[in-house]
Amino acid sequence: MYNDVVYFALNYKGVLMNLSFSKEDQEFQQEVRSFIEQNYPSEIKEKQDQGIPLSKEDTVKWHKILNDKGWLAVNWPEELGGTGWTITQKHIFQNELAAANTPTLMPFGVNMCGPVIYTFGSDEQKEFHLPKILNGDIWWCQGYSEPGSGSDLASLKTKAEKKGDVYVVNGAKTWTTLAQHADWIFCLVRTDGSGKKQEGISFLLIDMKTPGVEVKPIITIDGTHEVNMVYFDNVEVPVTNLVGEEGFGWSIAKFLLAHERTGIAGIPSLKRELDRLRDITTQIQVGEGSLKDDVMFMSKLDRLEIKLTAAEYTELRTLAAMSAGGHPGPESSILKILGTDLQQELSDLFVEAVGYYAHPFMTEEDLASNESRIGPDFAAPVMPHYLNYRKVSIYGGSNEIQRNVISKAVLGL
Amino acid sequence: MDFSLTEEQQLLQDSINQFIEREYTFDDRKKFLDSEKGFNEENWKTFGSLGWLGMPFSEDDGGYNGGPVDVMVIMENLGKGLIVEPYVPSILLSGKILADLGSDDQKSNYLHSMISGEKIVTFAYIEPQSRFNLSDCLTKATVSDDGYVLDGYKALVHNASASDTLIISARTSGNQCDEKGISLFLVDANAEGVSLRNYSTIDGGKASELTLENVSVSKDSLLGEIDEGFTAIDNAIDLATLGICAEAVGIMGKMNEMTLEYTKTREQFEQKLSQFQALQHRMVDNFMHYEQSKSLLVMCAAKMNDNTEDKKKALASLKYQIGLSGKHIGEESIQLHGGMGVTDEMQIGHYFKRLTTIRTLYGNSDYHLSNYASL
Ligand SMILES: Cc1cc2nc3c(=O)[nH]c(=O)nc-3n(C[C@H](O)[C@H](O)[C@H](O)COP(=O)(O)OP(=O)(O)OC[C@H]3O[C@@H](n4cnc5c(N)ncnc54)[C@H](O)[C@@H]3O)c2cc1C
Ligand SMILES: Cc1cc2nc3c(=O)[nH]c(=O)nc-3n(C[C@H](O)[C@H](O)[C@H](O)COP(=O)(O)OP(=O)(O)OC[C@H]3O[C@@H](n4cnc5c(N)ncnc54)[C@H](O)[C@@H]3O)c2cc1C
Repeated sequence: MYNDVVYFALNYKGVLMNLSFSKEDQEFQQEVRSFIEQNYPSEIKEKQDQGIPLSKEDTVKWHKILNDKGWLAVNWPEELGGTGWTITQKHIFQNELAAANTPTLMPFGVNMCGPVIYTFGSDEQKEFHLPKILNGDIWWCQGYSEPGSGSDLASLKTKAEKKGDVYVVNGAKTWTTLAQHADWIFCLVRTDGSGKKQEGISFLLIDMKTPGVEVKPIITIDGTHEVNMVYFDNVEVPVTNLVGEEGFGWSIAKFLLAHERTGIAGIPSLKRELDRLRDITTQIQVGEGSLKDDVMFMSKLDRLEIKLTAAEYTELRTLAAMSAGGHPGPESSILKILGTDLQQELSDLFVEAVGYYAHPFMTEEDLASNESRIGPDFAAPVMPHYLNYRKVSIYGGSNEIQRNVISKAVLGL
Repeated sequence: MDFSLTEEQQLLQDSINQFIEREYTFDDRKKFLDSEKGFNEENWKTFGSLGWLGMPFSEDDGGYNGGPVDVMVIMENLGKGLIVEPYVPSILLSGKILADLGSDDQKSNYLHSMISGEKIVTFAYIEPQSRFNLSDCLTKATVSDDGYVLDGYKALVHNASASDTLIISARTSGNQCDEKGISLFLVDANAEGVSLRNYSTIDGGKASELTLENVSVSKDSLLGEIDEGFTAIDNAIDLATLGICAEAVGIMGKMNEMTLEYTKTREQFEQKLSQFQALQHRMVDNFMHYEQSKSLLVMCAAKMNDNTEDKKKALASLKYQIGLSGKHIGEESIQLHGGMGVTDEMQIGHYFKRLTTIRTLYGNSDYHLSNYASL
C-alpha cells in the first residue's frame, strides 16, 4: 500500500531524490483520514460502494463538505481559498479521497473555470464567480466542441457579435457534459472571422438561463444522458462576461487544457479499482474454486499494476517538476494517455472477470432501483462502465491529438 | 484448394443481403427491439420459408442438408445486418440437440415446427457458477413415478420469454463437474414451477434467469439416454461457436466498412480523417485483424466434420482470435469515430456491443487458449 510508501521523485535538476513521508506528512495523512471517516455521509458512501449513480444533490453535498473544511480548491492560491499544501500533501489527499471512494467532483468550476477567472478575469468576475464556484451554488459546463470542430477546436464557428454592451451569440456546441444540470457555461466563441483561426477566438461566460439557450440530450451507448447539444439563438451576453481581451480565447484554452489533463490520469482511483477487482476475483466462483485461481487472468492484473506504477511515478515526477516552478505543459499529455489507457484496460478486465453477468443491460434506473440485480451486485455496473469509458480516450483532447502534441512539443518533430 | 462458395451458397448470401436491405434497416431493427418479444415474428417465419432455418438439418429431419459452410454463410450475413432473431438459440443449439438426440416423435413434435418458424425452443444450460465449463451442472433431475422432477437455476437463457419450450440440462448422477450424469429434458415454458426473470441484454437481445422448482416432466420429455447428454451439448455449443464467430466476422467487416466511410467523410484540420497516416495505419491493422479472423473462420468451417481433435483445435483457434480481434476492431472503430462513436444514434456502437458480448459467449479468449493448449 502507498500509506507508508517510500517514493522517489525527480526534482527539476533531474537528481534522483529519496523522499519518504515526514512525520508531519504522516500526521497530515491521519488528519485527512479521520476527516473523511467523520464527514463522508454514509448514504453517499453506500451508493458509491454499490455502483449506484449519484444525483446532483449527492455530489453538491460532498462538494460543500470539502469546501466548508477549506479542502475543495486544493490548487488555488491560498488567498483565494486554496490550501497552500505541498505536492506531497496534495498527493496524500487525493489518494485518501480515492481510497475512501468519495464522489468525483465536477471539474468544470473548481478545476477549469475557476483558475481561468482568477488568472485572466476582471475584478468583478472574480468577486461574482469565485465564491459561487467554491460554495457549489453554481454549476459550470464546458462549451468548446462543436459538431464541425472536435480535434480541430480552433475551427469553431459559434459567433459572438458585439452590439452595444452585449455580444449576440449564435451557433451550436456539442458533447457538453452535464449541461442539463449546469447554471453557467464557459464558451469559446468566434469574435473575428478574418485572419488566423486561433486569433479570432474569445472566452465568454454565459448564464444558461439567458433567452435563446437550448439544451438537447445526446444518449450514449451505455444508455445514459451525460452529454448534450447546446444551441444558441441570438443569445445576448453582457460584454462584461468576456474573460481577458477579445481574441485572447485560444491562449486561455491552452492554459486550461493543460490544467484539465493533469487530473485526468485518475491514478488514485485506478489503484482503488484494481484492489476492488482483486477482491472480486475471490468472490467469482469458477467450478469448485474461484477466479483467483486462474493464473492467466490474474497475471493480467499484475501486468496492469506494473503499468499503473509506471504511470504513478511519471505523475510524481511531473508534479515534482511543477512544484519546482515548472508549468503543467506537454508532459501532462503523457499522463492523459497513460491514465486513460489504464482506465479502459481495467474496465475491460472487470468485464472479463464477471463473464456472462456483464451481459444484462443495466440502465441507470436499474442500478438505482431497490429491486435485486441480475447476478452478483458487483457485476451490474461493469458493462455500462466499460462502454461509457470509451470516452476517456476521446475527450479532453483525444489520445491521438495528445500524441501529436508530444511529438511536436516534446520530441520537436 | 478452393475457397469459393458454391452457386447455391452465393444465392443464399444474396438473398440474406437483399432481405436486410429491404426489411431490416437500422430503424426497422429499433422497432423489433422495442417489441415485446424483442424480435419480429414475421421475419422469423420468412427465415423459415426461405429455408434458412432448415439449413443445418438433414432432409429426413425436414431440413436442407446444409453443412457448416452454409451455417457460416448464413451467420456471417446475419451478422452484417445485426439480426436479433433467435437463430443461435433455437436453430444452432436446440435444433442441433433435437437433431442429434430426438426420437421420431420428438422431432415431429418440435423440430419440424422449429424449422418452419412456428415454434421457438431455447436451450438453458449456463449456471451462475459454471462460467464456460459445459459439464458444470448443479440443476438436478430426480426420477419420479411418471417421469422426472427438476430443481435448479439457469442463467442467461436467451429468448426464453419468446420460447414455447425449453431444453434444460440437469444432473441425474455424478458430481458437479462430471461429464457423465448430465441429462437433457424438453420442458414446456409454461409448466408449473418454471419461473423467468426477463431482461434485455446489452447487445439488443433478450434473456432470462430461470428458476426451476419441483418441475414435473413426463418420461418422454427426456432427450436421448439418461446421463448421456454431454456429447450433444458439446456438439451443439461447437456449432453455435462456429455460428457466432461467423456472425462476428460479418460484424467486423461491417465495422471496418463503416469506419472507412466515416473517415473519408469527416474533416478536421482541413483534411479528411482518412488522410492522416496515423489513422491509416490503424485502419490497416483493423483490416488485417479482419483477414486473420476470416481465414480462421473458413479453416474452421472446413474442419467441422473432421475428427474431434482437429475440429476442437480449429474451434479453439477461431474463438481465441475472434476474442482478440473483436476487442481490437470494436474499440478501434469507436475511437476512430471520435465522439460520434459513443452515441446511441450511430450504428457503429450497436455493432460494437454485439461484438463485445460475442467475445464472452461460449468462452472468452483465455478459455479457448487453454483449451488449445490442452489438445
Ligand atoms: C463523453 C464525452 C464528453 C465530452 N465532454 C465535453 C465537454 O464537456 N465539453 C466539450 O467542449 N467537449 C466535450 N467532449 C468533446 C471532446 O472533446 C471531443 O469529442 C474530442 O475533442 C474529439 O472530437 P470529435 O469527437 O469531433 O472527433 P474528431 O475530431 O472527428 O476525431 C475522430 C478521430 O480522428 C482522430 N483525429 C482527429 N484529428 C487527428 C489528427 N490530426 N491526427 C490523428 N488523429 C486525428 C481523433 O483522435 C479521433 O480518433 C466530450 C466528448 C465525449 C465523447
Ligand atoms: C537484411 C536486409 C536485407 C535486404 N535485402 C534487400 C534486397 O535483397 N534487395 C533490395 O533491393 N533491398 C534489400 N534491403 C533493403 C530494404 O528494402 C530497405 O532497407 C527498405 O526498403 C527500407 O529502406 P531504408 O533501409 O532506406 O529505410 P528508410 O526507407 O530510410 O526507412 C526508415 C524507417 O522509416 C519508415 N518509413 C519510411 N518511409 C515511411 C513512410 N512514408 N511512412 C511511414 N514510415 C516510413 C520505414 O518503415 C523504416 O522504419 C534489405 C534490407 C535489409 C535490412
